[in-house]
Amino acid sequence: MVVNITINDQEFEVEEGKTILAVAQDLGIKIPKLCYLKDKNEIGACRVCIVEVAGNGYQPACTFPVTDGLEVKTNTPRLRELRRLNMELILANHPQDCLHCERSTNCELQSLAKELGVEEVRFSGETIDYELDDLTPSIVRDPNKCIQCRRCVSVCDKVQGVKALFPNHRGFDTLISPAFNKSLDEVACALCGQCIHACPVAAIKEKDSTEEVWEILNDEDKQVVVQVAPAVRVSLGEEFGLEPGTLVADKLVTACRRLGFDQVFDTVFGADLTIMEEGNELLARLEGEGPLPMLTSCSSGWIKYIEHFHSDFLPNLSSCKSPQQMFGAMAKSYYAETENINREDIVVVSIMPCTAKKFEAARTEMEVDGVRDVDHVITTREFAKMIKMAGIDFVNLPGEEFDAPLGITTGAGDIFGVTGGVMEAALRTVYEEVTGDELAKLKLTDVRGFDGVREASIELNGQEIKVAIINGLNNANEVLEAVKNGKKEYHFIEVMGCPGGCVGGGGQPIPTNDEIIAKRGAGLYSIDDKKKIRKSHQNPVINKIYNDYLKEPGSKKAHHLLHTTYKARDRY
Amino acid sequence: MMTTVKDRCPGCDGNEQDERYDELDKVIAEYKGKPGALIPVLHAAQKIFKYLPEEVQDYVARGLEMSPSEVYGVTTFYSFFSTTPQGEYKIGVCMGTACYVKGAGKLIEEIEKELGISVGETTPDEKFTLVQTRCIGACGLAPVLTVNDDVHGRLTPDEIPGILAKYRD
Ligand code: SF4
Ligand code: SF4
Ligand code: FES
Repeated sequence: MVVNITINDQEFEVEEGKTILAVAQDLGIKIPKLCYLKDKNEIGACRVCIVEVAGNGYQPACTFPVTDGLEVKTNTPRLRELRRLNMELILANHPQDCLHCERSTNCELQSLAKELGVEEVRFSGETIDYELDDLTPSIVRDPNKCIQCRRCVSVCDKVQGVKALFPNHRGFDTLISPAFNKSLDEVACALCGQCIHACPVAAIKEKDSTEEVWEILNDEDKQVVVQVAPAVRVSLGEEFGLEPGTLVADKLVTACRRLGFDQVFDTVFGADLTIMEEGNELLARLEGEGPLPMLTSCSSGWIKYIEHFHSDFLPNLSSCKSPQQMFGAMAKSYYAETENINREDIVVVSIMPCTAKKFEAARTEMEVDGVRDVDHVITTREFAKMIKMAGIDFVNLPGEEFDAPLGITTGAGDIFGVTGGVMEAALRTVYEEVTGDELAKLKLTDVRGFDGVREASIELNGQEIKVAIINGLNNANEVLEAVKNGKKEYHFIEVMGCPGGCVGGGGQPIPTNDEIIAKRGAGLYSIDDKKKIRKSHQNPVINKIYNDYLKEPGSKKAHHLLHTTYKARDRY
Repeated sequence: MMTTVKDRCPGCDGNEQDERYDELDKVIAEYKGKPGALIPVLHAAQKIFKYLPEEVQDYVARGLEMSPSEVYGVTTFYSFFSTTPQGEYKIGVCMGTACYVKGAGKLIEEIEKELGISVGETTPDEKFTLVQTRCIGACGLAPVLTVNDDVHGRLTPDEIPGILAKYRD
């Protein structure tokens, strides 16, 4: 129902029941906010968004619903003073170390303080000295910086269905933490990093690995090989002021060379290889070898999640390593052998949009004959930091090409970085393998989009193959429950742990939100559109490798190098 | 055979002999799947175990199939729940304004000295637990302390040893 309200003496027709903040945003009237995250965290905790409601005093705009005749003021001297006071109280308990803080110049608290005109903090609050939680290979929690907005709690619960974080104790002692104040390492956490995107400050961040990478780049005896995940080439530009979705693969390659990497290769190659192995596995399962539905295994946050929460589905998980790990294994086998380099002398560094990839690379399973597949993983953000530290003027860099052979790729591999991409790439190849015909629509529009769960079906030699595409772990939970209860039946399910897929990964530039994710996704599809080869099985290097080295998908050698196992982990 | 929560609880080895868990199983079975189950179950668990150690909270989480972080959030939020062992006698010193002004702090110092523990702690023999309370509404008797249900008022520090002695044996 439409109602009439006034905001700052101007009349508007708005929808009843929406919050003051929501209608003001729609009308282009800015109300400051901090704890509010649309649809996820609307709890009125920080009171930075207070407005004057006639007859009702000061109310948080993010929770107060509009009704007919409501009169709201968003900008009075008293409001400005109250908001500033509020900020000062929050700041009184917050470390004042902006100069050397990770999030400086990209911190919501910092910019809000400036916006609200905070010029001094008149109070100095008591603080509790909390220990850093830095035991996971992926994520560091610094409760000292936490302003208790609870955005991470809501995202971990509602979007990821994990509930690893919760407010504990009360009042001044309140601490946002895992159960029993344990480390994230000791509880069921996917290490997806979505809590990092939720956090307005530097209370949750990735475990920094840039120092190790600088060090290895300095080591003359090592051949340092870098691989770059697809989703990084559509987001990295944001760190240098470019629009989300801007294609920067070519500049990124140049930047890698200037930083001193010896070979600049592409995770997209690993993705093409994944399609060959995973497609083959799917066909085998469709013929009765192994349980259905087959679940994709490239998203490392998803893997950790399913190990904790749905271990009864582990036999359904594809045994394929992720593209990152497949790449590493090939760099230290095929590439090392053809180039006559000692495999121990090759160091593989990954640039990933993901925090869970750090955990994945460190898994005990991820090595071949005692040699790690991947040695160091840095996120998009860490990579940007290195570029800045090296004084490289990224935006004005000339473009260069990835190195051969492990940098020769197809468009199918590029779209791995967006939800639906793995499914689309797999279907392009599997369909042709089975039918001998080219799939008429190269763009499988049914599997594209950003809805949390999408379904499609495709006919393969008379058999109807039902597929589902999922992004976000809570959605995965719901679909798996439906499969378990027999309410849904599929042959093949793609799951990406982060909303939107890797383009929305926990290691991507801050901010990452739905709008930005969509732009990055569109960027990846545009790369695919322009590629000459768009099907993994037509990648000439992949074909050469199967001819000369691996023999065929699913061969003994392929299994030794490119497949893995999983383990059940405790959920509590 | 009925499978109890214990069978599914890999973290609870060694508790099989502990009958208190059988009792807790019954409570969990009664509330499981009902909305708002957590608080009554924790309440019952605290009665059974006297306090809520980590193992018991973990056990409740598994039993109700809830996130342990949520259980811990609730046990630490309500001051009613105690996650550390509680003494047979709970000494609560009122820190309301009247008592505070009339020297409640001195009483606490004296008790701490006598028992060798600080506020929030329990004596090693599990006899006494010392806590501060908000105003209990006996301001006319300030400063006041309670020992379980007994109220002692208009106290001076030198009366503390005598009061404690009453509960000692
Ligand atoms: S990394 Fe993911 S699962 Fe772990 S606490 Fe953060 S949001 Fe939750
Ligand atoms: S860790 Fe960050 S997101 Fe979570 S409550 Fe604290 S400030 Fe908010
Ligand atoms: S944004 Fe409304 S109370 Fe925090």
